[in-house]
Amino acid sequence: MSATPQKENWNSRLGVILAVAGSAVGLGNFLRFPGLAAEYGGGAFIIAYFTAFVLIGLPICWAEWALGRMGGRQGFHASPGILGVITRRPGFKILGVIGVMAPILIYMYYVLIEGWCLAYAVNYLFGDMHFVDEAGKPDMGAAGAFLGNMIGDNGGGNGSAFRLGLDGAFWYVVVVFVLNFVLIYRGLSKGIEWFCKLAMPLLILTALVIVFRVLTLGTPNPDILQNNVSNGLGFMWNPTKIMLQIQGEDGHWQNTEQLFDEARIAALQAEVSADPSRQIVTIGLGKQLLNADLWLAAAGQIFFSLSVGFGLIITYASYLKKDDDVVLSSLTAASANEVCEVAIGGMMSVPAGVAFFGTAGIMFAIGSSILMGFLVLPMVFTAMGGFGTLFGFLFFFLLFLAAVTSSLSMLQPGIAFLEETLGLNRQQSVALLGFITAVGTGVVFYFSEGTKAIDTLDFWIPNLMMIPLALTEIIIFAWVLGLDKSLAETHQGAAFRIPGIFRWMFKYVSPALLLIILGAWFLKSVLGIGGQVSSKVQLLLSGDLAAWLTIGLVFAVGAFFLWVSLQAKSYQAIDNHSES
Amino acid sequence: MSIGGWFIFLIAVGSVLTLFCWCMYKVITTPGETEHLHRIGEHTPDEEA
Repeated sequence: MSATPQKENWNSRLGVILAVAGSAVGLGNFLRFPGLAAEYGGGAFIIAYFTAFVLIGLPICWAEWALGRMGGRQGFHASPGILGVITRRPGFKILGVIGVMAPILIYMYYVLIEGWCLAYAVNYLFGDMHFVDEAGKPDMGAAGAFLGNMIGDNGGGNGSAFRLGLDGAFWYVVVVFVLNFVLIYRGLSKGIEWFCKLAMPLLILTALVIVFRVLTLGTPNPDILQNNVSNGLGFMWNPTKIMLQIQGEDGHWQNTEQLFDEARIAALQAEVSADPSRQIVTIGLGKQLLNADLWLAAAGQIFFSLSVGFGLIITYASYLKKDDDVVLSSLTAASANEVCEVAIGGMMSVPAGVAFFGTAGIMFAIGSSILMGFLVLPMVFTAMGGFGTLFGFLFFFLLFLAAVTSSLSMLQPGIAFLEETLGLNRQQSVALLGFITAVGTGVVFYFSEGTKAIDTLDFWIPNLMMIPLALTEIIIFAWVLGLDKSLAETHQGAAFRIPGIFRWMFKYVSPALLLIILGAWFLKSVLGIGGQVSSKVQLLLSGDLAAWLTIGLVFAVGAFFLWVSLQAKSYQAIDNHSES
Repeated sequence: MSIGGWFIFLIAVGSVLTLFCWCMYKVITTPGETEHLHRIGEHTPDEEA
């Protein structure tokens, strides 16, 4: 008698679990995370990443859900209004503008990567992605040339991405851009429900098959024995690194290759002793963890993974009911995301990248962390033989679907902001946001050479927007509203109470860490104190047009949203209320 | 991969899997939880309108 209701109940719970897990999967798990792990040396990055997850990510995540729900009950759905109304202080309303700017600016380059995924899927479907040389071995050069031509990073200069063929990115980006706005205009939550419940578990399953193939790659090129999966796993997870370094013209030593094999180390030792511009050094875990850039990259990745610090959660939480569970909801989504990112994403691109490109290739030749997956994974699919085309199509198409759900969520804060500040209806707000993002995406798409526009946005937004916004939110949560009031709000409807130790994290640890990371990044990467000025800062200092126009875009978007928020009558009412 | 690498690997993967399984357990065993569990992408301004 009770069998059917029990089954329905189980199906409902499984559906919710799949939906929550599915919503956590995105480009960041399979493309951005492995690229950063490779760039910052694997094991040390993982330690910084987990530390950031517990000490920064989770507290901010819970704070955002709670603040959003609080603001939503008072009729506001975008972060300027939410932060303004719950604090009654105009300064926080202005800082909240970051929560509208950041997702829109991220969308401007995220939609390109989304288009690349679709382009890869379509080209796999047409069988154009079998990168082998004359001897039938995986051909990295061919894969690199395909990617470079597609995205316009091929030495042809800016604007070379405007290619109209099947292997050019232009039409894919147009299709994806239009698709996003059609979905957002028509309302998305019901329409894309099946993405999360069916397509995303299929993506995870596909990724697991790819992980299995990566782990069984062995040594793809028998002529280069050190390029193997075992060394790839070591590169990803080893805490101590033995590095071959080369001294640059500016006198700084740069890592060029991680060494594993004792015989190779001995052979290189003899060469290095005769060449003063090269050295072999052992870099311990402690020294790696002293790198401020590593912590900033780890914290930035946590922000992207958990969708915190850029106004997404706070907007979605503003639509929740008072007794909805924000504690377990956010922790479940975060844990699902971590499984996808660390246990699956971390086992794909990096070990495969070392197996095909070697540690020198993965650290130096690839250059952009975002591009690594697009170069490495086709090599894995090629090594899968006949099934490679199928898995290549499945992986990139499902990743494209996952990216659509993420990009739609990036547009929501902007839509909510325009509707509540300018009083626009859905059609008008979608049209205005579509115009703004089309201009921005066009700029990023045009400046494709060296992916300078994408890299500029991906460098400055996490550092100068997401961390300050997260800092603002945690200060409001723990200091302005007070922990007792904030936690009481957070615990409404919650399946469990946040452990007491997190009180210290909310109040002291998270804000202090955010300040330290931001300060250390500014001193080192911007001012060059205690290290090298970041290449993205050097790009600006060199007067690079792409970098400056991209920064100009950021300021233009910021100025517009700030002006709108200062003019909005709905927001002025908050100020008038607080003054009275 | 070195012993240190294996250690970090097992701790990292083990801890995320443990956390995920615990969350799943809480979702399944807490009465009425599925009605109160939410995720990004579920509630949108259009629904509100």
